[in-house]
Amino acid sequence: MEQILEIARKAAAAAEVFQVSSEETQVRFEANRLKQLQTRQQTSVALRIIKDSKIGYATSSGTVDGTELVNNAVETAAFGVKAGFQFPGLTDYPRVAVYDDAVNAVSVKEMVGLGEEMIAAVTGHTPKILCEGSVSRGVAALRIINSSGGKAEYRKSFFSLSIEGNLIEGTDILFVVNDESSCHPLSDTSAVTAVVLQQLELAKNRATAPSKQLPVIFSPFGVISGLYYPLVSAFNGKTVLEGASPIGSKQGQLVFDKKLTLYDDPTLSYRPGSRPCDDEGVSSQRTALIKEGVVTDFLYDLQTAALAGKRSTGNGGRGGGLPSPSPSSFTIVPGDTTLEDMIKDIKEGLLVDYLMGASQGNVLGGDFSGNVLLGYKIENGEITGRVKDTMVSGNIYQVLKDIAAVGSEPRWVNSALLTPHIYCPSVSVASKG
Amino acid sequence: MPDIESVAGELAAGLKKHKADYLEARLEESQSSHIAYLSKRLDSIGRSTAVGGNVRALVKGGWGFSSFNSLDGLSGRISQAVEQARSAGRGKSNLAPAEPVTDNVPSGIDVNPVTIPLAEKKLLLDEYNDIIWSTPQIQTSNIRYGDGRRKVVFLNSEGIFIVQERADVSLVIVAVTAKDGQVQQAFLSTGSRGDFNVVRDLHDKVKAKANHAVEALSAPQAKGGEYTVVVDPILAGVFAHEAFGHLSEADFVYENEKLREIMTLGKQFGGKHLNIVDSAALPGHRGSYKYDDEGTPSAKNYLIKEGKLVGRLHSRETAAKMNEPLTGNARALHYGYAPIVRMTNTYIEPGDVSFEDMIADIKEGIYARECFGGTTAMEMFTFSAEEAFMIRNGKIAETLRPVVLTGNVFNTLANIDAIGNDLLIHDSAGGCGKGGQMPLPISTGSPHIRIQKCLIGGS
Repeated sequence: MEQILEIARKAAAAAEVFQVSSEETQVRFEANRLKQLQTRQQTSVALRIIKDSKIGYATSSGTVDGTELVNNAVETAAFGVKAGFQFPGLTDYPRVAVYDDAVNAVSVKEMVGLGEEMIAAVTGHTPKILCEGSVSRGVAALRIINSSGGKAEYRKSFFSLSIEGNLIEGTDILFVVNDESSCHPLSDTSAVTAVVLQQLELAKNRATAPSKQLPVIFSPFGVISGLYYPLVSAFNGKTVLEGASPIGSKQGQLVFDKKLTLYDDPTLSYRPGSRPCDDEGVSSQRTALIKEGVVTDFLYDLQTAALAGKRSTGNGGRGGGLPSPSPSSFTIVPGDTTLEDMIKDIKEGLLVDYLMGASQGNVLGGDFSGNVLLGYKIENGEITGRVKDTMVSGNIYQVLKDIAAVGSEPRWVNSALLTPHIYCPSVSVASKG
Repeated sequence: MPDIESVAGELAAGLKKHKADYLEARLEESQSSHIAYLSKRLDSIGRSTAVGGNVRALVKGGWGFSSFNSLDGLSGRISQAVEQARSAGRGKSNLAPAEPVTDNVPSGIDVNPVTIPLAEKKLLLDEYNDIIWSTPQIQTSNIRYGDGRRKVVFLNSEGIFIVQERADVSLVIVAVTAKDGQVQQAFLSTGSRGDFNVVRDLHDKVKAKANHAVEALSAPQAKGGEYTVVVDPILAGVFAHEAFGHLSEADFVYENEKLREIMTLGKQFGGKHLNIVDSAALPGHRGSYKYDDEGTPSAKNYLIKEGKLVGRLHSRETAAKMNEPLTGNARALHYGYAPIVRMTNTYIEPGDVSFEDMIADIKEGIYARECFGGTTAMEMFTFSAEEAFMIRNGKIAETLRPVVLTGNVFNTLANIDAIGNDLLIHDSAGGCGKGGQMPLPISTGSPHIRIQKCLIGGS
């Protein structure tokens, strides 16, 4: 890395080398049986340069030829974007615990055991179900150096348990799923399977949904599959800069219900979405995006912040190309209503546990419209059974403007979002019954 | 770039020495470039190179898989994969027999798109972006161009040694309009198996897309409910892929008795007019190849013939387990993944109904065009049309906001009551996702089709 930086400095005014190496082991189960063990070793290097004030960029994975990498970056710099920022110098990063050596000590045999335990719990409840599952562990090392003297380096461990099941009766297919992840090793599989068993219990009976506006409770999975992506898009500083975010001009205004408070938080201990600094070497910070319904801030990386006249919020992420604003972990602050009380409050409505295809529509405009892959009918304060052939649609700027209650039992979903249940009084439902 | 063919040559002996029921290795090197615009500005431009590989072993029915991008210590990677397979194996290995092919397949294109100067590509994209921005009410635009060239060496313990090269080009152009807090967007998505010319001369199409995004701003939303829906070739192709194709992937079916019952060969799923094909052997599309990632030659495979289920897609493992012929559909996104059963170029074969006849007797229906995307969960699917229009008294009427179609695949296939005569195979910029492997290059195709009683989400 130091060598690449040195070559790059001869060709450009400023340069930054980013390297990430990871090694991951995964145990996979299919059709209730152990199927495959795998390891993945991966190293990649990204070089960003500023030459004649313009950004050049090149990456290489596997065998890295420093000179070729620099030449590629120089070629792209000729057309590059004008750099509005400088690479950050030496920084004191906050302490964010994301590494636990114990992850490495978990043997493959133990991982196989955890997977078998999850499958036994689910098939023990519903013998005819077919499960896929995986247990993964790994370590990633990240390093950034730049010509301003900046230096960032940390290791992250991760461990995850995942299980999904399909129960088929005739042409009816029931799909259940849950996962959990941490930077610590996970050993309590019952925490993961309990959610799946509850889904199976609630789905035992069939119920029908009418086609009309109904009160809808979104479970944590329901929130991530229905409402999360429009939020991610709207709070991206780049979307705001382009004027494409519906809330871009509404900073300081009440846009959502007062019960809604949302943070981006990369500082939570031992969460896979956490880190001491972002992928540009900017310190991590907890950023309030919505405070009691008021839009407070957006997510920025260095370049977007420079163009917008803001400061980076430490959300420069690398999804393949140049860094761009990316969420770490979204957290929705819980309220004080239990799920039980929400259900009791509803005369006729739905509990949506999983929406399929909801983010295929006009996410930018806040629309969501999805098939209820897993969801239940509520009648007179009780869940009566699973609904099928049902669409739930809406726009988050309407649906989240009037929230009946925010739940008191937050849960992590897909290791990207910590959210309780959200109860909306009126959402469009279309159903074949 | 290291010479992966000679590295592979050295590996060949090692693969035969080890005590596994089956062993294979894949080595790969690639170059790519990309240019992205956001709004009026160039957002990102870059070049990448990558080298990597994997070893996969089968012992007693259990798989071990080790991927890497350091080419040092490869014999250790072989041992690691064998060791893992041994820990996973608790049954019997079973693979459909393969020919020990040796072959070298060039990319089949004259000009490697990666070598075309970035300056030339940028000039073209500038023109498209200018067209978008000359349209009123444009809020922002987004252009993503990418290309790549890849060489893959595949070898196994049975003597297969295949070198294949391919190239890809993809372009997505998004125009976003806004008015009174309402936002609409229109997509142009195209791609090719390496031919850069498909991204030239798109000026008129870009203009039409931008105009549609403007029109959609003042369009009403469809009223949710059941309609007679006429679907254009692009959206119908996505439907064939998403709603039906995924259920034809044998890995979903082979260890799943119930699903096997549903997907019994010979079962009637649609009318006599319905034929659905998957064919990597169809040349020149993004899903085209000569050999799959297990070295099996590609073929034209009928999934549905005259309305009946007649075949499904296989890897060597699923073909053996289901005792059905090999189809050549084991594919891996890249060296970081083991091959799994995937589609290639999937399409509904044309019938004989003209578009005019198809809409002529519809009193009130919806014409749905093009696609934001689609997903399935077994029997259920959703797919989102990007452009939608009411059909009134046999005529295309007012523009609607984009609509989402959803339903049960079995009912929907049976509800297709007209198949057009205008087959179009569409190479989009995107790809298919499965098992975390995305985007895998594919194409989809169909003529116009008409579906009765299709559920549309709406207000």
